[in-house]
Amino acid sequence: MAQSGKNLKHGSTRQQPLVGDYTFGSVTDKISAIVLRGRTPRNWYFGFAVAFLLVMVLLWSVGYLFLRGVGIWGINMPVAWGFAIVNFVWWIGIGHAGTLISAILLLLRQQWRTSINRFAEAMTLFAVACAGLFPLLHLGRPEYFYYLVPYPATTGMWPQFRSPLMWDFFAVATYATVSLFFWYVGLIPDLATLRDRAKRRFSRIAYGFLAMGWRGSARHWQRYQRAYLLLAGLATPLVVSVHTIVSLDFAVSIIPGWHTTVFPPYFVAGAIYSGFAMVLTIAIPLRAVYGLQDLVTARHLDNMAKVMLASGLVVAYGYLIEAFIAWYSGNLFERYMMLNRAFGEYGWCYWLLIASNIVVPQLLWFRSVRHSVPLLFVIALVINVGMWLERFIIVVVSLSRDFLPSSWGLYVPTFWDWATFIGTIGLFAALLFVFIRLLPMISIFEMRELLEESKGEHS
Amino acid sequence: MPNSAPQRPGPSETSRQYWRSLSEQAGNEELQRYLARAESAVGAEFSESNRRDFLRLLGASLALAGVQGCLRQPEEKIVPYVQQPEEIVPGKPLYFATAMTLGGFATGLLVESHMGRPTKIEGNPRHPSVPAVPWKGNPHEAPGVSDAFAQAAILTMYDPDRSQTFTRAGEISTWDAFVSALRPVLEAQRDRQGRGIRLLTETITSPTLADQIRRFLATYPEAQWVQYEPVNDDNALAGAQMAFGRYVAPRYDVDRADVILALDADFLIEGPDHLRQAHAFAARRDVRDPAQSPISMSRLYAVESTPTLTGGKADHRLALSSAEIETFLLALASRLEIDVAGSEENLPKRTRQWLDAVADDLRNYRPRGESGSALVLAGRWLSPRAHAVVHAINEKLGAVGQTVTYAEPALAEPTLQYRAFAELVEDMRAGRVETLCILGGNPVYASPGNLDFAAALAKVPFRVRLGLYDDETSARCDWHLPQAHFLESWDDARAYDGTASIVQPLIAPLYQGRTPTEIMAALLGEPGKTAHEIVKQYWQQQIGDGGDFEATWETSLHDGVVAETQAPTVSVTVDTSNLNGSPSDAAAVASSPNSGTEHLDLVFRPDPTIWDGRFANNGWLQELPKPFTKLTWDNAALMSPGLASSLRLNDGDLVQIEYDGRSVTAPVWRLPGQSERTVTLPLGYGRRRAGQVGRGLGFDAYALQTITSPWHGQGATLRRLGQSVDLACTQHHHWMDGRDLVRSGTLAEVQQDPQHPAFMHSEHAGDLPSLYPEFEYDGHKWAMSIDLNRCTGCNACVAACQSENNIPVVGKEQVAMGREMHWIRVDAYYEGDVHQPRVVHQPLPCMHCEKAPCEVVCPVAATVHDEEGLNEMVYNRCVGTRYCSNNCPYKVRRFNYLQYSELDEPTLKMMQNPDVTVRNRGVMEKCTYCVQRIAAARIDADNSGHPIEDGQIVTACQAACPSQAIVFGDLNDAESRVHSLAESPLNYALLGELNTRPRTTYLAGVRNPNPALEQFEADSQS
Repeated sequence: MAQSGKNLKHGSTRQQPLVGDYTFGSVTDKISAIVLRGRTPRNWYFGFAVAFLLVMVLLWSVGYLFLRGVGIWGINMPVAWGFAIVNFVWWIGIGHAGTLISAILLLLRQQWRTSINRFAEAMTLFAVACAGLFPLLHLGRPEYFYYLVPYPATTGMWPQFRSPLMWDFFAVATYATVSLFFWYVGLIPDLATLRDRAKRRFSRIAYGFLAMGWRGSARHWQRYQRAYLLLAGLATPLVVSVHTIVSLDFAVSIIPGWHTTVFPPYFVAGAIYSGFAMVLTIAIPLRAVYGLQDLVTARHLDNMAKVMLASGLVVAYGYLIEAFIAWYSGNLFERYMMLNRAFGEYGWCYWLLIASNIVVPQLLWFRSVRHSVPLLFVIALVINVGMWLERFIIVVVSLSRDFLPSSWGLYVPTFWDWATFIGTIGLFAALLFVFIRLLPMISIFEMRELLEESKGEHS
Repeated sequence: MPNSAPQRPGPSETSRQYWRSLSEQAGNEELQRYLARAESAVGAEFSESNRRDFLRLLGASLALAGVQGCLRQPEEKIVPYVQQPEEIVPGKPLYFATAMTLGGFATGLLVESHMGRPTKIEGNPRHPSVPAVPWKGNPHEAPGVSDAFAQAAILTMYDPDRSQTFTRAGEISTWDAFVSALRPVLEAQRDRQGRGIRLLTETITSPTLADQIRRFLATYPEAQWVQYEPVNDDNALAGAQMAFGRYVAPRYDVDRADVILALDADFLIEGPDHLRQAHAFAARRDVRDPAQSPISMSRLYAVESTPTLTGGKADHRLALSSAEIETFLLALASRLEIDVAGSEENLPKRTRQWLDAVADDLRNYRPRGESGSALVLAGRWLSPRAHAVVHAINEKLGAVGQTVTYAEPALAEPTLQYRAFAELVEDMRAGRVETLCILGGNPVYASPGNLDFAAALAKVPFRVRLGLYDDETSARCDWHLPQAHFLESWDDARAYDGTASIVQPLIAPLYQGRTPTEIMAALLGEPGKTAHEIVKQYWQQQIGDGGDFEATWETSLHDGVVAETQAPTVSVTVDTSNLNGSPSDAAAVASSPNSGTEHLDLVFRPDPTIWDGRFANNGWLQELPKPFTKLTWDNAALMSPGLASSLRLNDGDLVQIEYDGRSVTAPVWRLPGQSERTVTLPLGYGRRRAGQVGRGLGFDAYALQTITSPWHGQGATLRRLGQSVDLACTQHHHWMDGRDLVRSGTLAEVQQDPQHPAFMHSEHAGDLPSLYPEFEYDGHKWAMSIDLNRCTGCNACVAACQSENNIPVVGKEQVAMGREMHWIRVDAYYEGDVHQPRVVHQPLPCMHCEKAPCEVVCPVAATVHDEEGLNEMVYNRCVGTRYCSNNCPYKVRRFNYLQYSELDEPTLKMMQNPDVTVRNRGVMEKCTYCVQRIAAARIDADNSGHPIEDGQIVTACQAACPSQAIVFGDLNDAESRVHSLAESPLNYALLGELNTRPRTTYLAGVRNPNPALEQFEADSQS
C-alpha cells in the first residue's frame, strides 16, 4: 500500500482518500451534521426497528435458554459445541478488522485508513460484544461463569491454566478492553467538536461529559498523539493473539480436524478476511445512505478488496495444507476427517465454503470488479457466509465423526440455535445504528489532518 | 443376620386422628406439594395403611407425619427407635435375599436396602440360577450376576404409574368391597361345583400358590385353572412329550460341551438359566485360563432366522428361515443316522456343505480328548418335532449325562398353554365362563390377535383382574386389584432346577398392592390372611412343625433358597418311533419357504428389552439400546438390508404388513444377519394402556400372531406406505472402517504363539512421550479389564450402571438427538460380509486415561486426576463448557443438556442411591468406576485396619455381568486379577496410539472357527 503517495502525485482524484473540495470547516460540518443537524433518515428508523426486533428475538431466546438449559439447542454427544461456538469464532473474527485498520495501518502510516477506522473500530467492539455473549450462553451453568476468573476463592480453587478456554477468556477480555479504550480515546477530540457544535443543552452536556474536558490545546494534542500511538502499539499484537488463542481452543485438542498446527496463522488470516468483508458490508450501504462517497472513496473500497484478496489467499493456503497434511500424515483418522468433510453428510457445506471463500473472491483480481460497488458488496456478503461456514465445518463436522464410529452423530440446529444467532446479528446492527446516530462515524479530526496533509502534497 | 425384612403392618382399625401445629412446617415446600396431592381424592386413597412407611422413607420429619395426622394413620411405630435395631447402621446398606420370576422361573436376587428403601439389585450367588463367581472377598457380601430385567425391577417397583387402588368398573373401591362382592359369586358357584369359574394365571412355579389353587380346585372340582404366558415353552414341553412320552426338563452344561449347535436358541441371553449358561460358556471359551492346557475352547455353531446375541458369539453362523431350520435339523439327524423323514432338497448347496462340516464336527471335534461331548440346543420357537429330534440327536451324540441331563419339570403344573388358553377363550365365547379371575399377565394385550381375547372377555359376567398396572386387561374387567410388586411381597417360586426360594419383601407395599396368594386366600374364603402368613404356613407344613422350623425358615430367607428342594433327575430315552410326528408337522416342514417373491416369512420374538410387553412402562428398559439395532423406545419390523433395498425401503419407512387377514403398520429397520426373506416382529410394543412411559410406543405385533403358529408365519405381504417415522437409535455406524478398535483373532493363532498372537498389533505398545509429568501412585492404582471374548453384549452392565449411579432416563426425543445418559454403552460392530457379518460387542465405560485429554482442557478443573488414578468429575465445580467431552476420543462423557433427573416424583426420589450425587442440568458426568464403592471399601479398610483386598471392590457393571467379562482392581497389587489380565498377551488399549494410556483395557476376542468352513466361507464371499 506504499503506493498511496504515488497515486496522489499522479493526481488521480479517484485514487485519493478524500474527494472533493473540502475545507476544515466543511469536512467537520459534513460529518458532525449527521449526528447533530441532519434529519434522521427514514431508513434509519426502519433499519433500527428491524434490528431492535431482532434484539428482542435475542432476549427471548436467551430467556428461554436460561429457563430450560442449553438442551434447547441441537448440540448433543458427540457434537457438544454447535452454533454458539461457531458464532463466537465468527464474531471474534469479524472483530479483527477494526483493530487491524486502526492500529496496524496507523503504525504503517496508511492514511487511507482514516475515513474507515472509526466505524471499523465500532464494528469491532460490537462484534466482540456479540462474540462475548456466546461463551457465556453456551455454558451449562452460566451462573457460575466466574469460576473462570482467577480470584482468591475460599475454596483455594484457581482456574485450570492448561485449558485453552482459560487463555481464551483472557485473550478476549484483553482484546475487548483494549479495543474499547482505543476507540474511546480516538473519539475524544471529536466528542469535543460535537460538544462545541451542539445546539441543545442536553447534547452539549452529554458530549461535554464524554469529551473529558478536551480543549484542543497543543499539549492535549501532543499527549493525545502519544497515548494513541501507545494504544496502537498495544493493540497490534492483540490482532494476532486473539485469534491465535481462539484457534488454540481447537488446535490443542486431539480431535481430527481440530488438532492442526496451521490453525493459528490460518485463523488470523481468516479473521482479517472476514473482518474486512464485514467492514465492506457495512461501509457500502453507509456511504450510499449518508452520501459519504467523498470521504469513503473508491480507493478505500479498492484497498479493502485487495486486503481481502490477500488474506483470502492465506486462508486458501490453510485449506490446502489441511488437506495435504491429512493425506501426507498417513493418519487414518486425519484422512477420514478430510474425506468426511468433503463427501460426508455435511459435504455440501464444504463445497459451498470452497466456492465462497476461494473461488468467488478470485474475482477481486480484476480491477473492474474491485471498482464495481454492487459486486464488491455481494462478494463481501459471500465471504461473510463462507467464513461462517468455515467455522461450522471446523467445529461441527470435525466433532460429528471422530475416532469411534459407534459414537458418530449428526448435529441439526434447532429453531433456538437460529434465533440466538440471528438475534446477535440484530444486536450488532442495533448497536451500529445507535452508533451512527449518536457519534461521528468518521473521525473528524483525522479527516482534517488528512486534508491538511494532502493539501501539503499538492502544493 | 440381616433378614428381618419389614413386614407390612396390618390394616389398622384403631387409628385416632391427630392434629398438630401446621406452623411447625410452614414453608416446607415438599410438604406443601405432598399435601396438595394428599388432599385430592386419589392422594387420600393412595396411602391408606402404609403411609407412615412411605413418609418415613421420603425422609420427612416426625413433624411432617404429625401434620399428616389429618388423614387416617396407623398409630404404632410413630415414635423414634427406643432401641436401635441391631442391623441398621445409618449410611450402611443391608442386603436381603429374594427372587424375581420371569416366565414363572425364579432368579435369585440380593437387594440392597438403605434405611428400609431398596435401591439396587444384585444376583444372589447362592441361588442355582446365578453362577458362582469366585471372589476373594467376603463371600457373604459378594454380589452375584444378574440381567437387565432384574436390574430394572427396582424402577418398576417405584413406578408412580403402577396401579395404586382397587377399582370396580373404573371407580375407586376397597379390598373389603371386593371381598363382599366375591362372596355371593362364590356362593352361587358352590352348588355347581364351580363349573363357571376359571383361574387364569401366568406360568406358575410357586409351591404355595399352586397348593392354594389345588385346594381351590378341590373345593370347586368343576372349576378350571389355565396358565398362559405370552412367551412360553409349549414347543419344548410337547417335544419332550413326543420324544420321551412325558414332560421332562433338560438341563444343559455348556461348559462341558466341546461343540455346540444352537438352532434358533438364544441360550446365553434368555431362558430360566441363561445367567448360568452365559457364565459356563464364557468359562469354556477363556483361552487365558491356566486350567485349560493345552489351550482349547469350545466351538459354537448357530443357525437362526433372526440375529441373536448367541449367534453373535458363534464361530459360525448361518441365517436360515424358520422352515429351513427345521429342514436343516432333519437333514442333520439323517447324517447322524437317526431315522427321520425329511428331505433336504430345499436346502441350497452351500447350506448342505455347511451342514456336512457341522455334522462332522459334532461327532469328531473333541479338543480335550474323548472326555468331551457335543450339544445341540433348540430354541423355544422351533416346532415340538424339532425339539424331539434334538433330544434324539443329543442322545445319539452321547451328550446325555455329559452335557445334558433330564429332570422333573420345576413347573407347578406343566401344560400346553396355547391349547388350554384357546379352550378357555372358546368357553368364554360360548358363555360357559361366569367368573374369570386373571391373576397377573395381560392377556387382552399379550395374546395372539386371531384369538380376540378381549371380545371373549366381554361375555364373562364377573371378571376380576390382579395386575401391577391398570392396563388393557384391567380396563375390560369389573374388578381391578392392584398387585404388589415382588419387592413388596411375600411369595415363593422355583428356579429352573426346581429349587424353591422364598420371595421376601424389601418394603411394605407403596400402594395397596396384594399378592396372588392373598387373592387365592380370598377365593378360599380366608380373605384376612396376609401373604406372609400364607407362605409361612405352607412351608411350615412342608418342612414340618418341628422345633427347628423357625431356624430353617430364617436360613431359607437368609440364603434365598430353601435347601434340598431341587427337582430330581430322571432317566429317559428317546422313543424314535415318535419322531416323525403328526402328518401336519411334516407338511409344514416340507412346504417351500420361498412361496413366491411377494410372500415373506414372519417371526415373532419377545422384545430384547421389554420382553412380552410387561416392562413397557420401565424407562430404563425402554431406553436400553436393543442389541444390534441399538433402537430405543420403539420396535421395528427387522429385515435384511437386501430385502429392504429390493423393496426400496430405508430405516424408519412405514410399511403395512398383512398376514392371515390382519395387518399392522410398522416402521422398517435394516438388520444385517437377518435371514433374507424373514421379517422379525418384536412383541411387547404398541401398548394402548401401559402408563405414561410405555403408552403408544411402537406397533403391536401380537395383532398378527396366530395361536396355531405363534412364533413364525409364512405368506405375509408387505406394502410401502411412502411415509416414515423417526426412530431413536444410539449407534448409527456399525463398521470399523479399518480402525483398530475391536481386536479379535482365532484360537489357532493363539495356539501358535500364545505370548504374541499374530492378531495383536504391537507397534504402539509402550508409552509415547508426553509433555506432562508422570503421576506417582504410592497406594492403589485402579484399573479395569474388559474381556471381549467373554462379553455377549447382553446389556446387564448398562442397566446395572443406570441403577447404581442414579442415571436419568431422557426419553425418545432426547435419545434421537444423541443425548442418552448411559455411562457405559455396548458398541456393536460388524465385520466381514455385508449381508451376513460377524458381530462384535464392546462395552465402553470411561477409560480413566492416565493422560486424560479431558483433564487438560477443562478451564475450571472440574475433571481431575486423583492419587489413585481415577479421572474424577467434580459436579459442583463443573460450569458445563463441554470441552472435556469434545476432547474425549471415546465419547464416554454425558451431559445434562436439560433437567433430566427427576426431582419431583416422591417415589422416584426414594429409588435414588444415596451414595451417588444426583446431577442437575448443565453438568457433565461420566463413569466413575463406582467411586462410591471404592470409598466404602476404603472406609471399611480404615476402620478395620485390613487393606483393601482384591475383589473387595466390585463395580456395578462388573457385578452384573453374567459372563464376568469385566474385572476391576488395583494395578499396583501384583496379585490382583486385573494386574494379571493387564499382563495378558491379549490385552490392548483402545486407541492406544493417541497416548491417552487408558486404565480400562480390553482383552481381544478369540474365535474358534472350523478350518474346513473358514475356507468355504471365504470362497463363498468372494
